[in-house]
Amino acid sequence: MWSRQRGGLKPLRCGVEQLRCRRREREAALRKARREQQLVSKRLLRDEALEEAEEGCVAMIFGEAEIQQFLRLAQRGTEEKEREGALVSLRRGLQRPETQQTFIRLEGSIRTLVGLLTSNQALLQLEAARCLHELSHSEQSAVVEACLPATSYLLTYLSGHSSDFIELCLYTLGNLIVESEAVRRQLLPQGIVPALAACIQSPHLTVLEALGYALSQLLQAKEAPEKIIPSVLGSTLPQHMLQLLQPGPKLNLGVAVEFAWCLHYIICSQVNNALLITQGALSTLGLLLLDLAGAVQRTEDAGLELLACPVLRCLSNLLTEAAAEAVGGQLQLRDERVVAALFILLQFLLQKQPSLLPEGLWLLNNLTANSPSFCTSLLSLDLIEPLLHLLSVSNVVLTVLCNVAEKGPAYCQRLWPGPLLSSLLDTLAFSDTEVVGQSLELLQLLFLYQPGAAQAFLQQSGLQALQRHEEVAQLQDRVHALQQTALHG
Amino acid sequence: MQLPPALHARLAGAPGSAEPLPVERDPAAGTTPFSFAPRLVRFPREHDFFEDGDVQRHLYLQDVLTQVGGAPERPRRPSARVPEFTCQVAGCCQVFDALEDYEHHYHALHRNVCSFCKRAFPSGHLLDTHILEWHDSLFQILAERQDMYQCLVEGCTEKFRTSRDRKEHLVMRHLYPADFRFDKPRRSRGPAVPGAAEQVLAEALGDDRVPSEGDAMEVCSEHVEPSPEPAGERRAYSHRCLTRI
Repeated sequence: MWSRQRGGLKPLRCGVEQLRCRRREREAALRKARREQQLVSKRLLRDEALEEAEEGCVAMIFGEAEIQQFLRLAQRGTEEKEREGALVSLRRGLQRPETQQTFIRLEGSIRTLVGLLTSNQALLQLEAARCLHELSHSEQSAVVEACLPATSYLLTYLSGHSSDFIELCLYTLGNLIVESEAVRRQLLPQGIVPALAACIQSPHLTVLEALGYALSQLLQAKEAPEKIIPSVLGSTLPQHMLQLLQPGPKLNLGVAVEFAWCLHYIICSQVNNALLITQGALSTLGLLLLDLAGAVQRTEDAGLELLACPVLRCLSNLLTEAAAEAVGGQLQLRDERVVAALFILLQFLLQKQPSLLPEGLWLLNNLTANSPSFCTSLLSLDLIEPLLHLLSVSNVVLTVLCNVAEKGPAYCQRLWPGPLLSSLLDTLAFSDTEVVGQSLELLQLLFLYQPGAAQAFLQQSGLQALQRHEEVAQLQDRVHALQQTALHG
Repeated sequence: MQLPPALHARLAGAPGSAEPLPVERDPAAGTTPFSFAPRLVRFPREHDFFEDGDVQRHLYLQDVLTQVGGAPERPRRPSARVPEFTCQVAGCCQVFDALEDYEHHYHALHRNVCSFCKRAFPSGHLLDTHILEWHDSLFQILAERQDMYQCLVEGCTEKFRTSRDRKEHLVMRHLYPADFRFDKPRRSRGPAVPGAAEQVLAEALGDDRVPSEGDAMEVCSEHVEPSPEPAGERRAYSHRCLTRI
């Protein structure tokens, strides 16, 4: 799994505050990019130990003459080590944008590189692939698109056997894919989907993670719902993806993260979710949720929230499908452990990544909306009080409480007494009309189904709490109705 | 947020749930001025609701330079240097001092090798196609009467009468480069002949001493040995090959 590079390997060139500042800047840039629908991120695979070995050698900017020299040496050198060395030097130079620009403008350079990529010298192949990889990571479209002549070869190599090489090809392809629609318009007819479908059967975890990355980039494309997802759904990829998400000793976090995101992009595009449900997606994801909740308790493992997010999203969206009703009989969908797991995850998110809490609550809403079973679980597992704790995070808490209360007296009885009343009085003190509105809806249900609720409300100065909102347009009718009910029953 | 202590135990326990409480709705519930009704909520791709999670995802994608050891099956460092050894495959005299390098070499050059003509291919699929088209006499007979040349792209079921037609299909339909080829000349005994290697690379560079049409996308590269008497195109091809060497 990818994770932040350990500080010990490279001297920290800047302080912790600077790092935080940079991260904030990057976050802001990503948000802006997302709003403009330009969310593009690439991965750069550089061998940690190679970096270490080359420590102290700053990547140079090479000019035309030097690049030509390297290429000539790589092609025609007599000594193997010499040829390899030339490509290594070139590769390091290509870490610099200036060298990249010079390289692509040099006539025949890409052709030569492709020739080396397909040559009979395995180590030259590898180095040539690394050069291409550097180019693929560029922010300059021209540099990236210069790699296009290599794509048919990269795809062919996906059916090979050298896992290192395949991994490199996949990350390169992933970077190319995300660059532009023009690139994808070439890759699709060249057969990238069948190539990935063949490659996903690899037993190598590093290959699988790279494949997941490349596929997630493909599925995130703007035109994916129309042009890409249908063929992905028509291939064997979904079955393999679900297999790789099965919890158990073989589950690898890095791999699972990538494929969970792939599933999310497919599901939220709403192309054919019924198909995924017939392939057992709900079942697999439900079990994965349970597994995640277990993992979260066991380890301080960094990165579980990266998996939790897409899993929550996939489940929530799938539950809205009509087909989900049909499989509702499946144990996973009535299993109260699902609710237990969700709350354990909510607690985890509260500490680790509070911004994801709304997503967890979204799932809770979709679980409870039409399910007496899950509403009962919420009550029997004593989860109302923890739920109230999240009131300040999102209104969905109130919606969930309404989901429970609207099921009738047997449910409201279990909501009462307890901390619910004082929480409601608190929310009535908010000025947010959305929040107050939801509180009023909940009060109506409680007054209707729970004898004594109105009385208790009055005794706790509920009327005063309501009075604040008597003049608010969206609220007044409901406020008056409640006042009437409270006073006159 | 305090969770009930029994919750963790429940998670670890058996699947199942308590009998759901009876549902009993009053028609007055959720009526004007109230409006609550339980609703399944779905969010489409581009919805703002996903912003936070998406940003976290991309920070993760961008956040790294290299892969940390963690769970993958082998650590990410070049394998320890070992005393030099030679590839044991007959006819190959490549020398290595690192196991990972050898692994790639083996997979690239010795894994998918045609037992008839010793050529190496990047994948089992191409090897199978090669054997069929070049070493299967039945293929030649059938090819006279029906479309036998299979498209090289996995998943495409198109077949063609000639390899030239296939090439055209690959270029037009699958956007393959017109000079698509893999260059892995047969390893002769002893060190590789520099001249031959040069020739091969010269072609990759578009050296136009030898016309590339008809050579590209043949599922073979250097055809070193004389072939038996095939008709038409293949003979022309093998003549060209011979003159190159």
